[in-house]
Amino acid sequence: MTERISEIEYLKKTSLQKFVYNITFFFKSFPQRFIGFFKTILPAFFLRIWLYIKGVGVTIGTAAKEGDWKTRVSFGVMGFSQLARGQIVRGALFLLSEIAFIFYMVCFGWSQLALFPSLGYKLPERGHYNDAGVWVPQQLGHNSLLILLYSILTILIILFFVFIWYENIKSGYAAQELQEARRKLPTAADDAKDLLDGQYHKTLLCIPLLGLTVFTIFPIIFMIFVAFTNYDVNHQPPMQLFDWIGFKNFVSLFSGNVSGAANFGMAFGRILLWTIIWAFFATFSCYIVGIIVAILINKKGIRFKKLWRTILIITIAVPQFISLLLMSQIFDDHGIINIMLQKWGWIDKSIPFLSDGNVAKFTIIFVNMWVGIPFTMLMVTGILMNIPEDLYESARIDGAGPVKTFFKITLPYMLHVTTPYLITQFIGNLNNFNVIYLLTGGGPLMSEGASGGAGQTDLLITWLYKLIMDQKLYGLAAVISIIMFIITAVISLVLYNRSNAVKNEEDFM
Amino acid sequence: MAKKLRSKKAAERTGNIIIYIILVVISIVWMFPFFFLVLQSLRGEPGLTPGYFWPKQITFDNYIKLFTDTVPFDFPRWYGTTLIISVVVTVIQTMITLVTSYALSRLRFRMRKPLMNLMLVLGMFPGFMSMTALYFLLKLMNLTQNFGIVGLILVYVGSSCMGYYISKGFFDTIPRSLDEAARIDGASRHTVFLKIILPLSKPIIIYTILTSFMAPWGEFMFASLIFSGNSKYFNVAVGLREMLQRENAAKYFTRFCAGAVVVSIVPTVLFFILQRYYVEGVTGGSVKG
Repeated sequence: MTERISEIEYLKKTSLQKFVYNITFFFKSFPQRFIGFFKTILPAFFLRIWLYIKGVGVTIGTAAKEGDWKTRVSFGVMGFSQLARGQIVRGALFLLSEIAFIFYMVCFGWSQLALFPSLGYKLPERGHYNDAGVWVPQQLGHNSLLILLYSILTILIILFFVFIWYENIKSGYAAQELQEARRKLPTAADDAKDLLDGQYHKTLLCIPLLGLTVFTIFPIIFMIFVAFTNYDVNHQPPMQLFDWIGFKNFVSLFSGNVSGAANFGMAFGRILLWTIIWAFFATFSCYIVGIIVAILINKKGIRFKKLWRTILIITIAVPQFISLLLMSQIFDDHGIINIMLQKWGWIDKSIPFLSDGNVAKFTIIFVNMWVGIPFTMLMVTGILMNIPEDLYESARIDGAGPVKTFFKITLPYMLHVTTPYLITQFIGNLNNFNVIYLLTGGGPLMSEGASGGAGQTDLLITWLYKLIMDQKLYGLAAVISIIMFIITAVISLVLYNRSNAVKNEEDFM
Repeated sequence: MAKKLRSKKAAERTGNIIIYIILVVISIVWMFPFFFLVLQSLRGEPGLTPGYFWPKQITFDNYIKLFTDTVPFDFPRWYGTTLIISVVVTVIQTMITLVTSYALSRLRFRMRKPLMNLMLVLGMFPGFMSMTALYFLLKLMNLTQNFGIVGLILVYVGSSCMGYYISKGFFDTIPRSLDEAARIDGASRHTVFLKIILPLSKPIIIYTILTSFMAPWGEFMFASLIFSGNSKYFNVAVGLREMLQRENAAKYFTRFCAGAVVVSIVPTVLFFILQRYYVEGVTGGSVKG
C-alpha cells in the first residue's frame, strides 16, 4: 500500500524534493488504483443504479397509494390526470405517445419481437412446380438480420416508452398535489418557457442524444447480440438464416477451432500482442521525441522559431490519408527512397521497408512519428513554459546536465500534467486504422493462407475490417470487438477515474 | 573568470549550432514528402516513381487531365461530394458539439455525471464495430451508394456529441459570475447561452468548425464501406486510394499526386488562416487542471 507521508514531513522537503515526491507518488499509486477500481468504483456504480430503481419504485408506489382516481386512471390511460386537471397540451402529448406506441407494437413491433428468440425459421423458396404440376410463386423467407435489427429497435422503443410512462405518472401525481395545495398548475406556455430555462438541458440534449442512441448505442447493442450468433459467410440473409449459438464464438476464438480457418486463436494472440506493443511505442515515441523537438525550438537563443514550427505544422494541415498514401509509395520496394539509396551506392538490394513483416513494424512506427510529433510539439509548447524555473535552477546547482534534467524534471512533469492526453492517444493508437491500413494494409501475411487473412502488421481493428469485408465472419468479428472494448475500457477507466482533469472539474468555477 | 565565461559562451554556441543542424535535418525529413509530391504531380513522364528524382519534363498536364478526363475516375465529382459532405457536417456538428458541451458544462441536472461517464465508455468501443451495424441500418434505409452522401453525413454527425471534451473545457473557464449576473437580471438560461456565452466563445467555435471540417475531408474508413464498389460516388479519400490500387498505380500515379495537391489546398489554407485558434484548442483541451 502506498500512503502519503504526513503533512509535516511533506512541508520539510525542499521544492525540488516535494516535486519529485509528488510525481513518484502519482505513479506508485497505479496498482492501488487498479484494485480500487474493482473494489470501490464498480460496486458504487451498481449501488447507484439500484438506488435509482428503488427511487422509481417509491414514486410509483406513492402515486398508486395516495393518488386519487384521476391519477390512478392515468396508470392505464396516459395523460388522463393532466387532461382532467386542465393541462391539455401536456396530457394530450402523453396520450398521443401511448396511442402511437400501441399502434407501432400491434402493427409491427410485436411480430418482430416474437421471432427474436428463434431469429426466424422460414427459408425463402424459389418459384417452382409442385407435385401436381401447379406453379408455386417465389416465397420470401425470414430475414434473421432484419429480425435482429428490428427487435433491438423495438426493445429500445419499449424502454423509452416505459420511461415516458413513468414521467406521466410522476407528472400526473405532481398535478394532483398542486391542486390539493390549491396552487396554480403550470400551463402549456409555462412549460414551453421552462424548456428554455429550468429544463433547458432537455431542449439542448434531445437531438444530440437521439443521434447518440441511433448511431452509437444501437449499433453497439446490435454487435453484442451478433457475437452470440453464427452469422458468417455460410449463414447470410436473405437466402440463409442464422441462429443463436451461445458462447461458441468465444470458445472457438480461444481454442482456435474455426471452420475454414486453422490456428485462429494463434493469429488472434499474435495480433493482440502486436496491437499492444504498437500502441505503446506509437504513443511514447511521438510523445518523447515531440517534447524534445519542442524544447529544441523553444530554447533561448534559437532563432526562426516560427519557421521551424510552421514546417512541422504542415503535416497537420494536409489530410492524413494523403501523407500516408504518399508514404506507402515513398517506402515501396521500388519507391524513391530505395531508388536514391541504390543510386548513391549505399545498398545493393532494395530494403523491404513495408514488405517484410519485421522491418515494416519499424517503418510504421517511424511514419507514425512523422505524423504524430507535430501534434505533440504544438500541445507541449505552452505547457513547457509553465514548468517553474526554480526547479531547473536548483537542479543546475546540484550539478545536473541537460539530459538528466530532462528525464528527472521535464518528462515527469509533462507526464503528470498530460496524463489525459496520453490516455486518449493510447486508446486512439489501439484503434489506429488509418496508419496501418493505408501503409501496409496489414500485410505481409503471417503465413500462406493465414487464418482470417491475418497479416504481420495487422492491428485488431484492421483485422476486424478484413474479417468483416473479406471473410464475412461477422460473429467472430463481434467477439473480437467486445474483447477489444474490455481491454480499452479497463485500461482507461482505471487511469481516468483519478486523473486530475476529471477530479478537478469544478475547480474552475 | 572572464575566460571561464567565454568558454561557457563558446560551449553554448556549439550547442546552438548542433541544435540548428538537428532542426534543419528535421525540416528536411518533414518537408521531403510534400516536395516529392509536388514534383511528381508536375512530372510529364508516365509511370510509377522513375529511377531519378527530378522530373525530365515539367507539365501541368496531370492537373488538367484530372479535371477533364473523368473516365474512369471522376475527380471533379468526388471533390464536389466531399465538399458537400464536409460543409454540411461542419454546420451540424458544430451546433451539436457546442450545445452538448454547454449543457454539460453549465447546466446541472441529475443525469449529467452518468451521461458523461456513458459517453466516455461508449468512446472505447472500436469505431469499426458499430460500422457494420450502421451499414446494415443505412442499407435498410437505402442510404448507401446513390444516397451515400446522406448516409455518410448522418454517420459523421450521429455521434458528434461525444466530442464535447475540448469545448466543455473552454466553457468551464468562463467565469460563472457572468451567468449569475445575467440571471439576476431575469435572463433565462437560453438567453444566457445565446447572448453571453456564445459571443465569448469565438476561439472555441472556430476550433470546432476547423476540426469538424477537416475530419470528413480526409475520412477513409466509413466512406470506403458506404460507397464500396461504385467509383462514381466516392469521396476524395476513397477515390485517390483507388488510383493507387495495384492495377491502376502505374498509369495514374502522377495524376494521384496532382489530385493530392488539389485536395490538400483547401484544408491547408484554412488551417494556416485559423492556426492560432487550433493551437489554443489543442493546448487548452489536452491539459485541464
